[in-house]
Amino acid sequence: MPRFGESVDRYLRRELLPTVWCPGCGNGSIVQALAMALARIGREPEDVVVVGGIGCSGRTPFYLATNALHTTHGRALAFATGLKLARPDLEVVVTSGDGDSLAIGGNHFIHAARRNLDVTLLLFNNAIYGMTGGQAAPTTPTGSRTSTSPGSGSTERSFDAVELAMAAGATFVARTTTFDVQEMPLYIERAIRHRGFSMVEIITQCPTYYGRLNRLGEAPAMLVWERDMTGEPSDDQHGWKTGVFRDDDLPAYGDLTGQNSVRTRA
Amino acid sequence: MALRMVMGNEAAVQGALAGGCDFYAGYPITPATEILEEMGRRLPPRGGVFLQMEDELAAMAAVVGAAWGGARAMTATSGPGFSLMQEHIGYAAITQTPCVVIDVQRGGPSTGLPTLPAQGDVMQARYGTHGDRPAIVLTASSVREAYTTTRKAFQLAERHRTPVVVLLDAVIAHMREPVELPPLPEPALNPWPGSSGTEPPFGAHPFTPFGGPSPIVVTGLSHGEDGWPRTGAGQATERMLKDAIAGIAEDPSLTQGVERYCMDDATVAVVAYGITARAAHAAVETLRAEGERAGLLKLDVLWPLPEAALLEAAEQVDGLLVVEMNLGQLVMPVRAVVGGRTHVAHLGRADGLLLSPDVIARRLQALTASVRS
Ligand code: SF4
Repeated sequence: MPRFGESVDRYLRRELLPTVWCPGCGNGSIVQALAMALARIGREPEDVVVVGGIGCSGRTPFYLATNALHTTHGRALAFATGLKLARPDLEVVVTSGDGDSLAIGGNHFIHAARRNLDVTLLLFNNAIYGMTGGQAAPTTPTGSRTSTSPGSGSTERSFDAVELAMAAGATFVARTTTFDVQEMPLYIERAIRHRGFSMVEIITQCPTYYGRLNRLGEAPAMLVWERDMTGEPSDDQHGWKTGVFRDDDLPAYGDLTGQNSVRTRA
Repeated sequence: MALRMVMGNEAAVQGALAGGCDFYAGYPITPATEILEEMGRRLPPRGGVFLQMEDELAAMAAVVGAAWGGARAMTATSGPGFSLMQEHIGYAAITQTPCVVIDVQRGGPSTGLPTLPAQGDVMQARYGTHGDRPAIVLTASSVREAYTTTRKAFQLAERHRTPVVVLLDAVIAHMREPVELPPLPEPALNPWPGSSGTEPPFGAHPFTPFGGPSPIVVTGLSHGEDGWPRTGAGQATERMLKDAIAGIAEDPSLTQGVERYCMDDATVAVVAYGITARAAHAAVETLRAEGERAGLLKLDVLWPLPEAALLEAAEQVDGLLVVEMNLGQLVMPVRAVVGGRTHVAHLGRADGLLLSPDVIARRLQALTASVRS
């Protein structure tokens, strides 16, 4: 038996480290958690496709030793839809940011959930656009400062990705944070094992933009902030509850039409 | 085989299936909707996958995703949807993904004339994406050609690892003509030839989808033959694009995509394509009956533009008349190729009406008179 660390290494491209991400960025913790989940599930790396969108989170597929499909801004789930239906035997995991999935890609997000497509979406929510330099996102809490929220901060209301996914029909819905390093890989593993559309929203720190603009400090301080924001519900309107909110067993897209019969074309 | 009245859109579906298509993702749009519906009826019983997506961006994305899953994948749309697909046609180009897009042209721009024919997407089919790309754009002027062209599009997509666009128009799409179409081959899993896992996944190597012996990295970023992003200046993607562009420029099935009608002794000739070539053909017949030495170059491949055939015609005739249902698109590259060797006139309209044989004949007579004087 290989040691656990070795089996995780099979899913990582350590030769590409350090990542393109800023020091202290939460994305690296998510890569580690995804590799741990894949190692526990034990699929061969060549039978897994990690599909990324555009933005900091979109770069995730490059750091996993699986197939990588680095797509266009917002459309990763639409690519994943064609891929999964063409090759239902491949494991398809989508990594996408809050801007990617909830702004430009909002339409694909709700429809992949509605179809109960058998893919897993890891939604990296850093509450801001990182790659382009700190602009407001659909998840930016009201009052937060961004480079496109002049004055005293964002006046828009923010999306709750968990509520959106549930309303749209996702059958596994969970939220965790990069502070919850033990819980995160377990949720990801459950999401991948789940048959149907599964979404894990991961609150992740962007010290470079969200942290700096909102004076939250460096990564360690932001992790504490994540913990505080997700603790017992308070009257703070920007809190994020964590946990598994739905885990339902319903037919996945294609099950009823027989379109999920296994084909191997390679 | 028996003669049957077949609609152009239906013939295109039959051609796609004959070409090996086993995956379709689309979105309803006039006048291409029958392709979507027909695929929905015919693909699943053959073991294929049919998907109606949430918009055309998603349809084209699903097609590219399916191709990386090993499918022979296509979509069909019309002007507004074709505009939305451009981003992912570019993605398919830079990732060297074989796939087919049918654009049933209707009057534009914007919502334009949803039910009426046009040929206004000729330039968008070539230059619609940002950046440069190898572009293969085919067209059809009959129901039978809607079948043969779509079938051929799949071969070309595979050979050149690039999206192939088939331009139809609202008239060809909805017209019924008596045709004999060969029976469909039994559905088969067509393994891609390049699955050995030993060759690099990009560049001048066969397409290898996911699920083979080793993982593949696919990105819309500039990348090397190994697929890994290389985003500094002077990187490998330009060379791969140039190789691909050169590859299609040298493919005889593309460079010879011209039909010559009455050209041997012609002194003037029409250059036309698609439904307009049908009217041009009738116009040339009329003029020939009147003793005029008129000819027709019918283009079946629009991009790469069949330059040799155009140059040869330009050396021979006193004038060329480019006839198209737009306000002047293909006439521009034709003028550039001909380079003053002969006079090039244009006859176009974009009001949803066809160019009639009579109008073309009269314009050709006027051209003859002007070049003689
Ligand atoms: S900008 Fe923010 S999200 Fe992007 S890499 Fe840097 S810290 Fe991470």
